[in-house]
Amino acid sequence: MGALDPVFERTRGEGRGALIGYLPAGFPTVDGSVDLLKGMVDAGCDLVEVGVPYSDPVMDGPVIQAAAETALKAGFRLRDLFTVVEAVSAAGGRAVVMTYWNPVFRYGVDAFSRDLAAAGGLGIITPDLIPDEADDWLAASAAHGLDRIFLVAPSSSEERIASTVAASSGFVYATAVMGVTGARDQVGVSASGLVERTRAHTSLPIGVGLGVRSGAQAAEVASFADAVIVGSAFVSRAQEGVSGVRALVTELADGVRTAPTPIG
Amino acid sequence: MTDAPKIDPHVQGEHDPDTKGHFGPYGGRYMPEALIGALDELSAEYDKARLDPEFTAEFTRLLRDYAGRPSLLTEAPRFAEHAGGARVFLKREDLNHTGSHKINNVLGQALLTKRMGKKRVIAETGAGQHGVATATACALMGLDCVVYMGEVDTERQALNVARMKLLGAEVIPVKSGSRTLKDAINEALRDWVTNVDTTHYLLGTAAGGHPFPVMVRNFHKVIGIEARAQYLELTGRLPDAVTACVGGGSNAIGIFHGFIDDPAVRLVGIEPGGKGIETGEHGATLGHGSPGMLHGAMSYLLQDEDGQTTEAYSISAGLDYPGVGPEHAWLKDTARAEYRSATDDEAMHAFQLLSRTEGIIPAIESSHALAGALKLGQELGPEGHILVNLSGRGDKDMDTAAKYFGFYEES
Repeated sequence: MGALDPVFERTRGEGRGALIGYLPAGFPTVDGSVDLLKGMVDAGCDLVEVGVPYSDPVMDGPVIQAAAETALKAGFRLRDLFTVVEAVSAAGGRAVVMTYWNPVFRYGVDAFSRDLAAAGGLGIITPDLIPDEADDWLAASAAHGLDRIFLVAPSSSEERIASTVAASSGFVYATAVMGVTGARDQVGVSASGLVERTRAHTSLPIGVGLGVRSGAQAAEVASFADAVIVGSAFVSRAQEGVSGVRALVTELADGVRTAPTPIG
Repeated sequence: MTDAPKIDPHVQGEHDPDTKGHFGPYGGRYMPEALIGALDELSAEYDKARLDPEFTAEFTRLLRDYAGRPSLLTEAPRFAEHAGGARVFLKREDLNHTGSHKINNVLGQALLTKRMGKKRVIAETGAGQHGVATATACALMGLDCVVYMGEVDTERQALNVARMKLLGAEVIPVKSGSRTLKDAINEALRDWVTNVDTTHYLLGTAAGGHPFPVMVRNFHKVIGIEARAQYLELTGRLPDAVTACVGGGSNAIGIFHGFIDDPAVRLVGIEPGGKGIETGEHGATLGHGSPGMLHGAMSYLLQDEDGQTTEAYSISAGLDYPGVGPEHAWLKDTARAEYRSATDDEAMHAFQLLSRTEGIIPAIESSHALAGALKLGQELGPEGHILVNLSGRGDKDMDTAAKYFGFYEES
């Protein structure tokens, strides 16, 4: 039983997709990010992804790059991540961490996993770690009861999808389009095709991210995926403070509830 | 020597990484899944090409007829008087077309791009040497070329921006992060993940995710293979030490591999010591960094306690990089190679000294290797033999040099 299973049991039970919202820890400040994330949970995010601001975010578009830079300039330290996760968990939220791998490697994979689990974190999404290089993480996640959320992409071969989902737990992160993070007008037909290809290899829930920003898009994605992941759009709305992110949650939460139940 | 030697394909040789690209614990692929397909495609194409006599023949022909190989081996006796009397020989990569060793790798990768049926090439550049070499190969082979260059570097190296444009490339100034080479690579990777179906990322150094480190090394191995044969022919013996500058490390890994199976030959990499290691303003990744991953591979890098990459500094834009190729990390850990550093001042002294004693203006990058040779010569004494990889020429560095030496104030 993975740490994230109850999230998807509930959303499947309610016949809807899960809403997953992303925001970097420390953006715009450590306390500010706690307030924003708590607001997102309170307004109806089923799960939050707490991002680790990193100096070289190659998978991120301009919005998240700028947010990471803001957080780092404001003095974000890796230990602040655990403070943020702990605060979100204590407020009744469920949190996973999204991080490039070098900060985890530098901290120590086992120590990071231990401290994340102690803070109430449920797993890690790893945009630049593939299972082929993840032996330490496979061991540490098992030891500390964390879920391993690896990514699949439209360019992934059948063989790679199979080996990636075999190493995953909690859910699988399907990147909707080839490209970096950032809101888009269309999430593309490649997303539904990728979800379909991935389902052939696993019964794990599948979340779709990259590009979603509106309730209508959330509804579209929730019609074929188990979870809708929204990042850059939340970062943009964070300019308006807690009320801004809450308003977006409300719109997206309506979206994931108007879609027909995926057959999963 | 009258003919360029055949390029040894070295299929799964003793010094190759494992099938996933690991040199010991280093290398591998710390890359987004979205790019793994492209790396697999590149690996498969490269593995076929390196076994294909037609590819080898075409690559060898271009190196000879277009790049001007073999490059010369020149003894530098007046310079050597300042190196403890040891004999010093220069491998003249500065005489290649486009003025540096970079042409070897870009010709190889451009040929591969055509084999893969891709029409668009992207590249990163710091000082502009790799960008110019890439734009050159793309012009030669009719490929579209986009070069990412940190905004700071486009200002420092305006002449190279003009060269790239003249060659038909589009130059995109990168405004994110520190606006230098590291960020140019980030931006090129973002382009690649978006346009991977049509685009080859022509990485300029022996770093990045597998197969780049081994592939780039093998395209540059011609430097070491030629140099070894030339050294034997000229002197009847091998050098005591081979020295080269190390930023990302492509020229060094190329010349080192000519001598890697000669255990008596010391391999000495010289990193940029900047304003002095103690000031923290340097680019001595191997000497003073720590293991971690950057731009797709595990290697040494300059980072803080939290694993955030820190900024490198060097007077030489081509060495101003906080990472290094993974094979160098392995050669360091196994002690097959040693890594030292030369400061800006030591490099600029060697830059001026070679100009005045031999009439050869070296690149500031290569001047770090020359500074290393001056010290090695003192250590080895008059019986010593040193081979220096003169990886590039210094024309591009005139503005930096004129400012450093105060020429503008004199006039």
